[in-house]
Amino acid sequence: MGERMVDEILRVENLHVSVEGTPILNGVNLIINRGEIHAVMGRNGAGKSTLANVVMGHPAYVITEGSIFYKGQPLEELEVFERARAGMFLSFQYPASIPGVQVGTFLKKSVASVRDEPPKGRAFRKELNAAMEQLSMDKSFLSRYVNDGFSGGEKKRLEILQMLLLQPHLALLDETDSGLDIDALRIVAQGINEVAVNSGCLIITHYQRLLDLVKPDFVHAMIDGVIVRTGGPELALRLEDKGYEWLDVAA
Amino acid sequence: MSDETQEIIGDYRYGFHDPENSTIRFDKGLSEQVVRDISELKDEPEWMTEIRVKAFRHFTERVMPEWGNCDLLNMIDFENITYFLRSSDQTEKSWDDVPDDIKNTFDRLGIPEAEQKWLGGVTAQYESEAVYHSIREDLEEQGVIFLDMDSGLKQYPELVKKYFGTVIPHSDNKFSALNTAVWSGGSFLYIPKGVSVEMPVQAYFRINAKNMGQFERTLIIADEGSTVHYVEGCTAPSYSTDSLHSAVVELIAMEGAKIRYSTVQNWSSNVYNLVTKRAVAHKNATVEWVDGNIGSKLTMKYPSVLLKGEGAHAEVISVAYAGKGQHQDTGAKVHHLASNTTSNILSKSISKDGGRSSYRGLLQVTPKSTGCRSKVVCDALILDGGSRSDTYPTMEIGNSTSDLEHEASVSKVSSDQLFYLMSRGFTEDEAMGLIVNGFFEPFTRELPMEYAVELNKLLELEMEGSIG
Ligand SMILES: Nc1ncnc2c1ncn2[C@@H]1O[C@H](COP(=O)(O)OP(=O)(O)O)[C@@H](O)[C@H]1O
Ligand SMILES: [Mg+2]
Repeated sequence: MGERMVDEILRVENLHVSVEGTPILNGVNLIINRGEIHAVMGRNGAGKSTLANVVMGHPAYVITEGSIFYKGQPLEELEVFERARAGMFLSFQYPASIPGVQVGTFLKKSVASVRDEPPKGRAFRKELNAAMEQLSMDKSFLSRYVNDGFSGGEKKRLEILQMLLLQPHLALLDETDSGLDIDALRIVAQGINEVAVNSGCLIITHYQRLLDLVKPDFVHAMIDGVIVRTGGPELALRLEDKGYEWLDVAA
Repeated sequence: MSDETQEIIGDYRYGFHDPENSTIRFDKGLSEQVVRDISELKDEPEWMTEIRVKAFRHFTERVMPEWGNCDLLNMIDFENITYFLRSSDQTEKSWDDVPDDIKNTFDRLGIPEAEQKWLGGVTAQYESEAVYHSIREDLEEQGVIFLDMDSGLKQYPELVKKYFGTVIPHSDNKFSALNTAVWSGGSFLYIPKGVSVEMPVQAYFRINAKNMGQFERTLIIADEGSTVHYVEGCTAPSYSTDSLHSAVVELIAMEGAKIRYSTVQNWSSNVYNLVTKRAVAHKNATVEWVDGNIGSKLTMKYPSVLLKGEGAHAEVISVAYAGKGQHQDTGAKVHHLASNTTSNILSKSISKDGGRSSYRGLLQVTPKSTGCRSKVVCDALILDGGSRSDTYPTMEIGNSTSDLEHEASVSKVSSDQLFYLMSRGFTEDEAMGLIVNGFFEPFTRELPMEYAVELNKLLELEMEGSIG
């Protein structure tokens, strides 16, 4: 029992969520254990981002029923920044830009606030350089403003760079593959695989191509705010091939 | 709690005060006699006394401005202000000779340290006069004159007489008249032809006494082809009664010269800051005002440039932060008086906790000044519902060969920005601090590094206890 609790990273129980009074999630159940990769697929508007955002604590999403536990702790007790400091990470589908704030400064401060021991100047530089090299990111990124004028692909790379630096225990990746060419996708996938060894991973995607590179243990199909089917990697192939109608009928 | 933290008053870190020791202190209130007494005490030439008296008469006749913030302006009690206070008998060349209390204050403000590290010269004014003044020897050897204004008048009366009041006549406005009548302290800076001063020179203004009036007067003359960067800072203790800071700053950039004048104004929130700053730029000269207003109760200040010579350029970058009980009425004025002159104005303001910021700008191109170019950008960020931001731009364009651009925006911090930053481990206050620092970045990056760091810290402090 004790061991199981340690390995359980995320537990979502009968989760109902509304935005501005409109129900979006209608009873989602999900358990992610350490070392597991879960993929969530579904049409636009199914509620995938809502799930990721509500887990991270976006104030616009109201939980009307059910609950979320992170490592056995009810999440409603934690503010957004506390969730980050506890090891939760969200790679945004649409990362916000922060004009005037340089990427380098931002990364350093973010890492300092999340880690128990703030990184020392030189050690941090080294770590940062290694991570950027791994992602084939040019040094000039550091002096640009956070996501300001970034292309879609650049934004996604910056998200993954942050994930590598923050070493989360739970990584929520919301359409991180969109906007990436095949080379970038391979690089990003490598980063995800690295982090996934020791954490729970939730990958939201429309496409099989990322799942070829990051092998999911579980694939969930979401329709109208409910997970209607859970399977192995073969489910993703089937969804890409056949779409979601056959599930609509089944549901 | 350390002494340091105990003395923090509200969010304002410089609100501590020293005992009010003085060697000469005038009774509160203003009269022609007070004006004459100041002049006599300073042993000034007759012509300066005349200028003062004339200015005083104009001041008494001149009505209060009927714009800006009339309610606050009309609350100024000119009879409840000390117009002259000498706290040290002389201006020292060594910090060791400055009276202990005063030296400690400047230590806490980091001035001697900054001087050693990165400044070419320092004037430290405390109440009405400079208590410390020095300039690097190499600059002196190149003929650079950097003095407090009183010494400037004593040592270079012809130069002062030639330029004093030529850019800002006493009759320009009520407060330039007041300053001309009772001025004391400030800087006198002359850069000889072709000399380029690499390290910035700094003036620091500190008010310590209650109900104090500080009226420094600064005159900077950059001769042909010379370059200089002048930096000024200011703070005051927090008191429940008001103080008045009313300065006049005149800059003259001769042909091909370049003057950059950077200010970080951080008065406590009981100080009226009513300042007139204006520059003349001759042929191919450049004048840059880098003007930051964080503190004070009411600031009314519109750094101006008269582009008098062909090819001259003006740059005004200003930011204003208006917090609780503050009104920052700031802006820029550029007069294109010659052909092919160019200007850039960037103004950024933040209003929070019911604070009010106003941009008041004037851009003038005279009919004969052809081929001018100008760009004006005003961005306002409003952090909460009760705060306010207004823009009052005026454009007078006298010909069709000139090219003017004007952009203005008002924005709020988006919840997506806050959520993004908080998901990266920042508290809401820290996230606000980052966003606000980012918003002011086009200004901060123009400051010497030490000032930029300080300013960012100040703004982060201001964001504490904010509600998105
Ligand atoms: N902040 C929001 N405000 C209003 N409606 C929202 C908001 N976020 C999501 N929605 C709505 O919720 C539904 C699900 O959206 P989302 O979770 O983004 O879907 P997905 O990521 O699966 O495409 C959509 O109908 C969307 O319009
Ligand atoms: Mg989505």
